[in-house]
Amino acid sequence: MTAPLPETSATGTATVVADAEIPVPGTTIEGRSPWRIAWTRLKRDKLALAGGIVVLLLVLVAIFAPLIVDLFGHPPNEYHEDQIDPLFGTPKGSWGGINGDFLFGVEPVNGRDVFSRVVYGARVSLLVAFLSAVVAVLIGTVLGIIAGYFGGWVDTVVSRVMDALLAFPQLLFIIALISVVPNELWGLTGSGVRMAVLIAVIGFFGWPYVGRIVRGQTLSLREREYVEAARSLGAGRTYILFRELLPNLVAPITVYATLMIPTNVLTEAALSFLGAGVKPPTSSWGQMLSKAVNTYEGDPMFMVIPGLAIFVTVLAFNLFGDGVRDALDPKGSR
Amino acid sequence: MPEDNEAVPVGAPEKTIPLGEEAPSATPEVRPLLRVEGLVKHFPITKGLLRRQVGAVHAVDDISFDVRPGETLGVVGESGCGKSTMGRLVTRLLEPTGGTIEFEGRDISHLGVGGMRPMRRDIQMIFQDPYSSLNPRHTVGTIVGAPFRLQGITPDGGVKKEVQRLLGLVGLNPEHYNRYPHEFSGGQRQRIGIARALALKPKLVIADEPVSALDVSIQAQVVNLLDDLQDELGLTYVIIAHDLSVIRHVSDRIAVMYLGKIVELTDRRSLYGAPMHPYTKALLSAVPVPDPRRRAQRERILLKGDVPSPISPPSGCRFHTRCWKATEVCRTDEPVLTALRTGHQVACHHPEPVESPGEAAA
Repeated sequence: MTAPLPETSATGTATVVADAEIPVPGTTIEGRSPWRIAWTRLKRDKLALAGGIVVLLLVLVAIFAPLIVDLFGHPPNEYHEDQIDPLFGTPKGSWGGINGDFLFGVEPVNGRDVFSRVVYGARVSLLVAFLSAVVAVLIGTVLGIIAGYFGGWVDTVVSRVMDALLAFPQLLFIIALISVVPNELWGLTGSGVRMAVLIAVIGFFGWPYVGRIVRGQTLSLREREYVEAARSLGAGRTYILFRELLPNLVAPITVYATLMIPTNVLTEAALSFLGAGVKPPTSSWGQMLSKAVNTYEGDPMFMVIPGLAIFVTVLAFNLFGDGVRDALDPKGSR
Repeated sequence: MPEDNEAVPVGAPEKTIPLGEEAPSATPEVRPLLRVEGLVKHFPITKGLLRRQVGAVHAVDDISFDVRPGETLGVVGESGCGKSTMGRLVTRLLEPTGGTIEFEGRDISHLGVGGMRPMRRDIQMIFQDPYSSLNPRHTVGTIVGAPFRLQGITPDGGVKKEVQRLLGLVGLNPEHYNRYPHEFSGGQRQRIGIARALALKPKLVIADEPVSALDVSIQAQVVNLLDDLQDELGLTYVIIAHDLSVIRHVSDRIAVMYLGKIVELTDRRSLYGAPMHPYTKALLSAVPVPDPRRRAQRERILLKGDVPSPISPPSGCRFHTRCWKATEVCRTDEPVLTALRTGHQVACHHPEPVESPGEAAA
């Protein structure tokens, strides 16, 4: 098209139809949305897909815990002293008392069904991990986008707060906080209070990580010309923040959230292990591990099983999260 | 860009534009669509916690010009001379430090977001980078339909139909309504940007380097599209570019900028035929000539040194540090942009001798 182009005079616009294919009349051309592309790529990543399936199974297990326990186990707080060797206090039989009736064996001393306790433990773990991630993402996104877009002193304040929180010894703080939290709070009791506090605190200490990423992305996105284009069409701040910038932030936020959940699972397990998690009759994986420490010489399976549960959960989430990150990676777009 | 323009510096077959060509000298009475007076933009440089201002980048420093209805004003200059800032001031993406911008006689220089919104229908912008000017998460339909949503307008037949009409107007397949920007080439993306700018039927379109990010072959397509749309829709353009061939092809009048100032402002024929400012002369001599014989004949002016920093621009004439004609007066007195001939404004103490326009065009 470097020639003088005599043909593009009056009917020029009609003749210079660019290299687009000619549509078949009656068919609509569907665009491949960035999400559709990510999904196609995720489908090709077998490891991530496997992780995703395990994650899905875990979520289903947590949701349908009572049903599963009804079908395959015994009530989680039912004692089965008949399964315990009265001399050593360890489960009868090999492998921690694993048999057709008690799929994962029984707890030493009191003989509670480990399968039921692991299944119910998934509820605590996943609920705390998910909801604290939600809290962190909400606070982090809102403050990060504001800091990044408005800049100036707002950015300075938010960034310093994030630095301070990242330097804060959160584990110690949570342990200290749990010991002073009353038994009833916000209409919740016992383990409910503990879980609410865990969610709030893990989420609160998690938001600076999200906030930093969102702030950084916003800093680069707000300089894009499409933001100027929106402004030149008369768009206000709300439109630019939520219609132009936020859709471009969803991908990094999703990636970070899926990678934050396994960390939260671990934090919750660590806190339960240290006795700062849910209260005893409610089961949690970390709490089971902590109990198993006393009996691991006689009954190693009681430690292995909750340990495996944590391991599988964290691994599955990490594999899935890595896959999501690769699938959404803007550098590999198209 | 078409070789027919850059090959022959003098006496090239000029493209005829039915409206604009005679407009500059023949009818000076036409009320300008856009009038810019003494426009200034300084970007403050701050330091320390208290954001104390320690200096300013003089991006645009006291420029004045008119844009008449139906014409194309080209703005050329090196990188960093303030031409893009000027475009963003006129579209009020930036707040001017001083001066006035009048659109159809109405002062818009300090209108807020709300006050500016209705004016946005009449002043639109085409952006430089087709890769960053379209939101990758929006479909083409959303992008081109955004002007209607933001302005609260429902066009006849609905937004979708109007968007498809616009896509057809800029030479894209209207069926690609649901596609995403990444599915298009650079040239097609720039067409989408043009469709968005034209959606509200603006009177004035500011195009900031509309083709510089495109392949040379695609540049011609887009430039010709802009030309055709101007004829069809009666648009007025301010086209900012650093490519002299592009500017020559599209402009009726041309403003040459150097370090935040307009140094020469005249119609295309006299600018390319008889440039009067030494900077313009040097700039034109840098245009590549594809013909080796002609290349040997022509005088090539090589400027010494770099463009001075816009943080502390030189005193007097800003070009004196690199000008081969500079004398004492250039160091001390700032030359004023004055009409040395009808419709030919120059800001220089030692302009090139006035040639008769007939000689230039011969």
